[in-house]
Amino acid sequence: MKKLSVRRRHPLAAVVVLLLALAATGGLYAAFAPAGKAQADAGSQSLTIKEGKKLFEVGCASCHGTGGQGSSDGPSLVGVGAAAVDFQVGTGRMPAATSQGAQVPRKKTVYTQTQIDQLAAYIASLGAGPVVPTKQQYGPDGADIAKGGELFRTNCAQCHNFTGKGGALTKGKFAPTLEGVDPKHIYEAMQTGPQNMPSFPDTTLSSQNKKDIIAYLHAVDSSETTNPGGLELGGLGPVSEGLFAWIFGLGALIAVAVWVAARTAKAKKS
Amino acid sequence: MSTTANDTSRARGKAPAGERIADWADGRLGIYSLAKANMRKIFPDHWSFMLGEVCMYSFIIIILTGVYLTLFFHPSMNEVVYHGSYVPLQGQMMSEAFNSTLHISFDVRGGLLVRQIHHWAALIFLAGMFVHMMRVFFTGAFRKPREINWLFGFLLFVLGMFTGFTGYSLPDDLLSGTGVRFTEGAILSMPIVGTYISYFLFGGQFPGHDFVARFYSIHILLLPGIMLGLMVAHLILVFYHKHTQFAGPGKTNNNVVGMPLLPVYMAKAGGFFFLVFGVIAAIAAVAQINPIWAIGPYRVDQVSTGAQPDWYMGFAEGLIRFMPGWEINFWGHTLVLGVFIPLVLFGVVLGAMAAYPFIESWITGDKSEHHILDRPRNAPTRTGLGVAWVTMYMITLVGGGNDLWATHFHLSINAVTWFVRIFFFVGPVIAFIATKRICLGLQRRDRDKVLHGRETGIIKRLPHGEFIEVHEPLSQEQLHTLTTHTQYAPAEIGPAVDENGVERKVTASEKLRAKLSNAYYGEDNQIPKPTSEEYKEITSGHGHH
Repeated sequence: MKKLSVRRRHPLAAVVVLLLALAATGGLYAAFAPAGKAQADAGSQSLTIKEGKKLFEVGCASCHGTGGQGSSDGPSLVGVGAAAVDFQVGTGRMPAATSQGAQVPRKKTVYTQTQIDQLAAYIASLGAGPVVPTKQQYGPDGADIAKGGELFRTNCAQCHNFTGKGGALTKGKFAPTLEGVDPKHIYEAMQTGPQNMPSFPDTTLSSQNKKDIIAYLHAVDSSETTNPGGLELGGLGPVSEGLFAWIFGLGALIAVAVWVAARTAKAKKS
Repeated sequence: MSTTANDTSRARGKAPAGERIADWADGRLGIYSLAKANMRKIFPDHWSFMLGEVCMYSFIIIILTGVYLTLFFHPSMNEVVYHGSYVPLQGQMMSEAFNSTLHISFDVRGGLLVRQIHHWAALIFLAGMFVHMMRVFFTGAFRKPREINWLFGFLLFVLGMFTGFTGYSLPDDLLSGTGVRFTEGAILSMPIVGTYISYFLFGGQFPGHDFVARFYSIHILLLPGIMLGLMVAHLILVFYHKHTQFAGPGKTNNNVVGMPLLPVYMAKAGGFFFLVFGVIAAIAAVAQINPIWAIGPYRVDQVSTGAQPDWYMGFAEGLIRFMPGWEINFWGHTLVLGVFIPLVLFGVVLGAMAAYPFIESWITGDKSEHHILDRPRNAPTRTGLGVAWVTMYMITLVGGGNDLWATHFHLSINAVTWFVRIFFFVGPVIAFIATKRICLGLQRRDRDKVLHGRETGIIKRLPHGEFIEVHEPLSQEQLHTLTTHTQYAPAEIGPAVDENGVERKVTASEKLRAKLSNAYYGEDNQIPKPTSEEYKEITSGHGHH
């Protein structure tokens, strides 16, 4: 201890303290900073962001503002994350034709996946948000379909119906059908909560839960779903069943009755 | 066996086996007199008279398939873990009722088909009863002496609704569980008695552990038992009253023109049973109904959008959906008008149908027997009221499916609900006025047809250049059919003074009745049918038109 106190007035003491402080700060930063950003290839990343910014200025800025800060026609995109961009643009909801109407519907995509990635990178650069999930996250491997069904009925069926056929919300808004939706987009929708949908971040619905739900939807609401009972009739339940019973059931029976009544026996020979 | 008996029978030749069996049975059951009285019973021929048969056959099909289902269904709410063959439910907790329904659907031979026949037949049974009831209503077949049979039929429809409800609630799936919860809410909305009835029905708090077993007894025993009895009574009364018939030459209020029960109707009806069974089985084989595996087991914390009951309860669903959520608090007690008013309306709208024959007979004062059916146009006010009722029912059904109307026609669910709210009141009025005008128009057309003949569509040019359409006189049969109906005069209040010159007190109900009677038979409410004098006058000079 004496050695140290003797040298504290050494001309280089300040330099040593400064170096130690810098090393500590840098070390702490290296230990705690987000790994993805730190390891990113800075060069190509900045180029992607640049391209994305260009696309943004042409296709999105009129509503969302030149810096993505939002305007009276569209919300701010700072902090929405790449996942939100990938979902909104990837399902064709964005760019919206108009800010009028109850809800922006799904439609044909206008950007290529590369362009969408560029846009997503630009928006992500404005502020941290959910990232685009990897195939490993939304793929079918290791998913528990039955658990997914239970989770779906608990969290999603109120709006999207038992098997994801969709349903009505107030004032013309609606929960869309989930048939034919890319698993990635389903994952992103849960993550980001687009439009009227609540968001289900990993703290609410873990990554494994999301995977289970996606696998369940694939089992009950995709082109590979089999209906052991025959025609699905839209999967809408008793309303379509009732219509079918009236039109084809009773309709056919009345037709048969008319046919039988028309073929009558002759009471007397004539 | 004695020798003499053998000898005599050999001498006469042995009677055919059929005759011997009939003899044996007659000695014990007395079937000869029964058959003699009923074998030649006459039934008139019309397709709309077979709607009741559709109902009866679908009811029989429901009983047959239902028996098969009871062999495999476990009416228990014990929790089990699913280990059957449907993968997306593997390892899920569910009630034994749900588990056994999955077992029937996937692991019992023919189970799914029979389940689907059972359910489709139930929908068709109720739809058949609805149409049958409308046929009876619009042709006036409910009039004396058939009012009680009308009530039997009405009861069959209402009991059918509740048998269906208890039936589709049995699998304990998420959709039906939501429906049972809905019913519990309706019961709870009843002032004072609601909570008691609910606790009694569910054996405590909803859902409890009892309701599936209780609904099972009600569904397979109590209600179908009553219905079977009512159906037999309904048929006995049809036999006793004899069937009604449409007006036509040779058909009077005192006869029935048609074919005998045996052999013609036995063959026809027997064949028709198989046709009905065939159509229902084909539908069940082609179209899926109530896929409980996709719906999932019931849990009180889960609910799905698009949760509707089967169509015959959709009317109740609609009433609840378009009713504003009113409630009042009275000394610390809440009266949920938003649910209670629909519950009352449910009874009132259905009850109106039950009461109609008695109301009409009171208004018109018509207490005579009727065996000839009315053509709907010849009873414009009744037809208008019927169409108004059907309109109200259909609008309510739209309300019950308001979310599907919204999503499928890209509308706002609020707009659909408001449409239903307004048209629940306005729709029946419009329907009544329009129907009545159409009926009167058709009566005028009949009158024209009788007096001027049928328009042939042939245009003739007269020598002086005028164009006329050739009218072809109707045949005697057609003339009879179009003019045979009775036209009544409205009930009068009667003289204001009695035979002694004393002023008579005219009651309010008498005045009301005269007014209503005028609405049925007043001057503007029916077109006078052509008299034979008018007909003779107009047809005496040829070439006139």
